[in-house]
Amino acid sequence: MATITAPTSRATLPGVLRHRAAGKLALLALAAAVLVPLLDSRWGSGSWPHALTVGLDKPLSAASNWVIDNRDSHPLFLYFFGYVSNAVVLSVRAVYLTLLAAGWAGVTVFGALLAWRFAGVRLAAGTAAAFLACGVLGMWVPTMQTLALMVVAVLASVLVGTLLGLAAGLSDRLDRALRPVLDTMQVLPAFAYLLPVVLVFGIGVPAAVLATVVYAAPPMARLTALGLRGADPEVLEAVESLGATRRQRLLTARIPLARKELLLGLNQTIMMALSMAVIASVIGAGGLGDRVYQALASVDVGAALAAGIPIVLLAVVLDRVTAAAGQATGAADRPRTIGWPYALAVTVAAALAARLLGRLDWPASWSLNIAEPVNHAVDWMTAHLYSGVPVVGGTADWAGHFTTWVLDPVRGGLQWLPWWSVLLVVAALAWLIGTWRTALTAVLAMAAIGVLGVWSPALDTLSQVLAAVAVTLVLGFATGIAAARSDRVERALRPVLDVFQTMPQFVYLIPVVALFGVGRAPAVAAAVVYALPAVVRITAQGLRQVDPAALESARSLGATGRQQLWQVQLPLARRALLLAVNQGVVLVLAVVIIGGLVGGGALGYDVAFGLAQGDLATGLVAGAAIVCLGLMLDRVTQPTARRPGKGA
Amino acid sequence: MRLRTIAAASSLVLLTGCGAADMTKQASPFAHAQGAKTVTLSVQSWVGAQSNVAVAQYLLEHKLGYRVDTVQVDEVPAWDALSQGRVDAILEDWGHPDQEKRYVDDKRTIRRAGGLGVTGHIGWFVPTYLAKQHPDITDWRNLNKYASLFRTAESGGKGQLMDGSPSYVTNDKALVKNLKLDYQVVFAGSEAAQITQMKQFAKEKKPFLTYWYAPQWLFKKVPMTEVKLPPYKDGCDADAAKVACAYPHTPLQKYLNAGFAKSGGEAAAFLKRFRWTTEDQNEVSLMIADQKLSPEDAAKKWVDSHPDVWKKWLS
Repeated sequence: MATITAPTSRATLPGVLRHRAAGKLALLALAAAVLVPLLDSRWGSGSWPHALTVGLDKPLSAASNWVIDNRDSHPLFLYFFGYVSNAVVLSVRAVYLTLLAAGWAGVTVFGALLAWRFAGVRLAAGTAAAFLACGVLGMWVPTMQTLALMVVAVLASVLVGTLLGLAAGLSDRLDRALRPVLDTMQVLPAFAYLLPVVLVFGIGVPAAVLATVVYAAPPMARLTALGLRGADPEVLEAVESLGATRRQRLLTARIPLARKELLLGLNQTIMMALSMAVIASVIGAGGLGDRVYQALASVDVGAALAAGIPIVLLAVVLDRVTAAAGQATGAADRPRTIGWPYALAVTVAAALAARLLGRLDWPASWSLNIAEPVNHAVDWMTAHLYSGVPVVGGTADWAGHFTTWVLDPVRGGLQWLPWWSVLLVVAALAWLIGTWRTALTAVLAMAAIGVLGVWSPALDTLSQVLAAVAVTLVLGFATGIAAARSDRVERALRPVLDVFQTMPQFVYLIPVVALFGVGRAPAVAAAVVYALPAVVRITAQGLRQVDPAALESARSLGATGRQQLWQVQLPLARRALLLAVNQGVVLVLAVVIIGGLVGGGALGYDVAFGLAQGDLATGLVAGAAIVCLGLMLDRVTQPTARRPGKGA
Repeated sequence: MRLRTIAAASSLVLLTGCGAADMTKQASPFAHAQGAKTVTLSVQSWVGAQSNVAVAQYLLEHKLGYRVDTVQVDEVPAWDALSQGRVDAILEDWGHPDQEKRYVDDKRTIRRAGGLGVTGHIGWFVPTYLAKQHPDITDWRNLNKYASLFRTAESGGKGQLMDGSPSYVTNDKALVKNLKLDYQVVFAGSEAAQITQMKQFAKEKKPFLTYWYAPQWLFKKVPMTEVKLPPYKDGCDADAAKVACAYPHTPLQKYLNAGFAKSGGEAAAFLKRFRWTTEDQNEVSLMIADQKLSPEDAAKKWVDSHPDVWKKWLS
């Protein structure tokens, strides 16, 4: 759609935009001229004024202690949370026992048949290979634990998400109320979700599953609502004229028409649940994530990788299978494969065969130890790259320079700025790129950080985010442009991007420490590596979608390749580029927070500290600040397009 | 099997379906799978703790026929998990008086299970090659003189004192302030990050000052000398903001979940008797962290060569 309307509207846009932007800025300047002297005389112009903070430490500690003391006696816990918790434990256990009973043969065969049914022979082979690889890496039991947790979490997320989505899809009022909440939940770093759940449920599988559900349900809800609302009105009218009741309309027309969105929602929910399943190992999720976490404790990159690869494999397989299922709309064009009764029969046969042969558990002799060679490679890399490389200097020197010349000045500058000017800058940026609503949200979120009393660490985190985003965008746009201009580059990049995008963030942390030492630099490096794939992908896609007619006409006017890129492709792909910035910011924030584990300090460290010391007051305040920071960053980089027809 | 599972699950639902659901008495969903006797051990993030667990796990699995699950939990949350029965035992605790009072004395959901036989000590350390160059560096009074040696990009103009994981007991910020030291505490954020950084420093013989603790396998790889802080006296660390003394020597303790201690059978008795020395623990730790043996292989090697030690735990 964008490509059709773009050329005509864009021709006039810059002029209008400039006028409007100038107007907005003038208005802001006026507001500032009135407000700033007032604020300055009242509270001074340094860091966030102490008088405007609210100390939450005491009430939060009291709440946390109350929960621990009353968890085994208060009716709220005995009759509500207790059941929730029990239900989670029982269902995870049931799935886990079923998986173990099926044995490796049964699970592999069933997975392959499922993939065959939905996505064809090639993916079926891929699925089988992925499961076998998990076994070969010696990770069968942890994989099954993660899978059990995932199955329960995904089912619950889909249930919750679909219900919310149905509500939002059918009622306009609910839609207006839910949409901003869901939009926001989607941009928050997973780490921030852990603490509130831990506060109520304590460390363990129930908390992990519930945190995963909270994290993974929003995309399902959003896409369900989107699908229901996007149904072709003519079809609906036709159904209505046939005298269908409301419920019939929903069941026979609207839901089937939304099938594609529903499956896309399922796909996203699965991917998010999987990434959360790893982070949730910090709160006792067990399974593969826990193996990664344990391996990192002994600085064993190889072992961490051995546990990380099954996660990547699961993610790639689940992604491809659900995506394929979404594309094959309608039963007619799906290849004839295999019916459910046969699939189940074959599974049971395979499971029984394995059981009779006494090979229910993955045989220990069939596993391959990849940890050692990987560790050798990592050692070699760090030994030769860390420092003293002629001419370019070692990675440690780069990290030192980066910290001294980029991170320190940015942090110093941000913390030196008077508090009201930070709010003004946020307002100006958000308003220029979005609407007054987004600007207001951004300013309020930033102010909330000050009120929580974590102004200075939040600015520290912000400085890391800004530096990482700058590096990510430079690298990402360059690579994205290269990928858009050459098919060969894009084909070569695709698997790399796939793997980097699904790799659990934890796995990045140790190699970056080995290369860049401890501090903020490795946190930034990990964030760049994590955010790069999305930026590259969106940039390349945006450039490729530029109207070929526009390019053709530019070429016929004799524009060189470089001119085409700068004057036609990039301006026309502006929206995609802005989206890339937005995604980059959100992803970078998520990892910078986890960077607290490698010396990133600031808010991420506070959350880790809160979790590690059971000091939920510190952790929750930092978590809330992260939420506000995420909200602010998202609004500041959010192109107007996401809220069509609203505001300026 | 599947039928039986469903029947078991639904009967459990029925059993718990009426009345209260006490979530403080829930085991891990991965425990006792397929009728196996299972013990869930808490592993803390440092390698010494991994060694305890690896050896206990090996013996429980191979000599007593248990299935052992391990969960990595940080120190304080581990107490909570232990009290709820989500883990059955903590094998190495460095002293948490608040938690001890709450769970052992008041709620009685956790039982003491004796000492581990290892004494722990936290302190400030410099690499031995540095202590040889500057023999007076090992007294805290001279630290300011050498602050410029320890400067890094992260510490600004001050010297860097590297701290580790947020889960560890530390008074370092207060110490730096109260002893008026020209140092900045830089938190590595995790022990893995801290060790990696120390190894890198040591490889280039660079000076560094770090929060560290014994017993620790890294001493074998990077010999370090302790910096003397003002001596520890009982109660000198009572007020966290005013601490100006060294860390104590702590005999490490074991704790069991109360229910497990009562009905845990052979496993509980075994874990109560489990007691070894600093040298034993270091031997296993070194195999895991330095020779990169899997914890299971390291435990097997140790068990094969020290039957006299562990035979006593089984009887």
